[in-house]
Amino acid sequence: MRVIVPVKRVIDYNVKIRVKPDGTGVDTANVKMSMNPFDEIAVEEAVRLKEAGKVQEVIAVSVGPAQAQETIRTALAIGADRGILVLEEGVEPLAVAKLLKALVEKESVELVILGKQAIDDDSNQTGQMLAALLGWGQATFASKVELGEGKITVTREVDGGLETDELKLPAIVTTDLRLNEPRYASLPNIMKAKKKQLDTVSAADLGVDVSPRLTTLKVVEPPKRGAGVKVASVQELVDKLKNEAKVI
Amino acid sequence: MGILVIAEHDNQSLKAATRNAVTAATKLGSDITVLVAGNACQAAAEAAAKIPGVTKVLLAEAPELAHGLPENVAPLIAALGQSHEFLIATATSFGKSTMPRVAALLDVQQISEIMSVEGPNTFTRPIYAGNAIATVQTADKVKVLTVRGTAFDAAPADGGSAPIEKIASTGDAGLSRFVGQELSKYERPELTSARRVISGGRGMQNGENFKLLEAVADKIGAAIGASRAAVDAGFVPNDYQVGQTGKIVAPDLYIAVGISGAIQHLAGMKDSKVIVAINKDSEAPIFSVADYGLVGDLFKIMPELAEEIGKA
Repeated sequence: MRVIVPVKRVIDYNVKIRVKPDGTGVDTANVKMSMNPFDEIAVEEAVRLKEAGKVQEVIAVSVGPAQAQETIRTALAIGADRGILVLEEGVEPLAVAKLLKALVEKESVELVILGKQAIDDDSNQTGQMLAALLGWGQATFASKVELGEGKITVTREVDGGLETDELKLPAIVTTDLRLNEPRYASLPNIMKAKKKQLDTVSAADLGVDVSPRLTTLKVVEPPKRGAGVKVASVQELVDKLKNEAKVI
Repeated sequence: MGILVIAEHDNQSLKAATRNAVTAATKLGSDITVLVAGNACQAAAEAAAKIPGVTKVLLAEAPELAHGLPENVAPLIAALGQSHEFLIATATSFGKSTMPRVAALLDVQQISEIMSVEGPNTFTRPIYAGNAIATVQTADKVKVLTVRGTAFDAAPADGGSAPIEKIASTGDAGLSRFVGQELSKYERPELTSARRVISGGRGMQNGENFKLLEAVADKIGAAIGASRAAVDAGFVPNDYQVGQTGKIVAPDLYIAVGISGAIQHLAGMKDSKVIVAINKDSEAPIFSVADYGLVGDLFKIMPELAEEIGKA
């Protein structure tokens, strides 16, 4: 079985983002970029399935600028076999899903594991959209995945607990935090990753229209939260919570 | 061309999240239909009919709709997209799973977790875990939206009397099967919906010490959370994590104990109404967002706090 894992290059989760003063977006110049954390979990899961002998090939795919090659190399260092970069910038989730659909069909893929959302635009859409476009089953927010014969059983983190669903293969899985803990790529594996195959294609090559549907009119900072007061004792704290804030 | 709100329910009762979506719908127009798709879910439909502002309830009952599987529910909603301009659900795990599938079936770019309605095709939504707010405009004819529940007050549960109309299911897609669920028997409220949350960080030193938080949580009915540092150190399981890559919470009261306040953590809790920080380092960044800060040794403070709260 062949698996695709999409990986997105985003601002590192530890970086405090800066909204551009002109309100056109978030400043990404000279900012540390990393693989979207949920995608890292997706790569790890796919590689574990390969190590367990259930998957033959793991293909890491990114839709983004040329620098997204680094993100794909990170996936290759974790253990993905080869990479494909779709060289397009600012592509919306629906169009990303269309690009992935084209690649899934071209590469005869039976399972796509995606991060549940990217921590930049927080859309949480691509996996579900890809499932709809392919007419496949979907299991979002996975915390446990069992790949069987012709089916996949997924435990999902839902509001208030866990839900288990069984999907026919081929299928889509999106990852939640608890699914696994991604490994650190070892230096030899990082070196090896540099030699792995990485192809670049365009949306036109795949016959997909990626024109945006949304226009971002402005991006602003949320209302600032000011520092409050320091209290001197537990008694004072409890008094303030009871009588001033009225929250206990 | 009206508005279709997708109800969230467990077949017996309507979830409150539905009423947040109805409020968002009232900002867009007055022709509001609620879809209740499930099995033997007449009671949920009747509850939806009572929400003031709702003009009609569509009730689809079929075994394949019993568990809200997106593969079976999304085609039904998409079919109704032919006759509605807005398709709206609250961004719960059901809404998040289902609506993008609907949007793709309709070739629409969904707008996730709207916080406000600025016009018929213009909405605000949080990006970067709420560290920036984007105003976006859509060119799509049908608008598929999910709504951030905390941004819209729930509509009243009673006062309306909308007619209920039965519609047929679009069938079983045969792609997925519900196996079972294990709803947490939380002794405490669930983290993302709790009105009070008390979280521990690296300063807790080990998992055993989270008992100090539990003692306070028990007294005020709070959920327990943790910073990524505490999770990474193995003090508590992953699902305790509050932050950009964990859970986003916005309770009435958030108490951060032994948490320095890394950006990643602040992103997950800074929309809380009242924030309390307890930390021995008076320079910790957590104090810059706290309404009430208490500098000191948490191992001394927490037992005192449990006792003091208990006094009332």
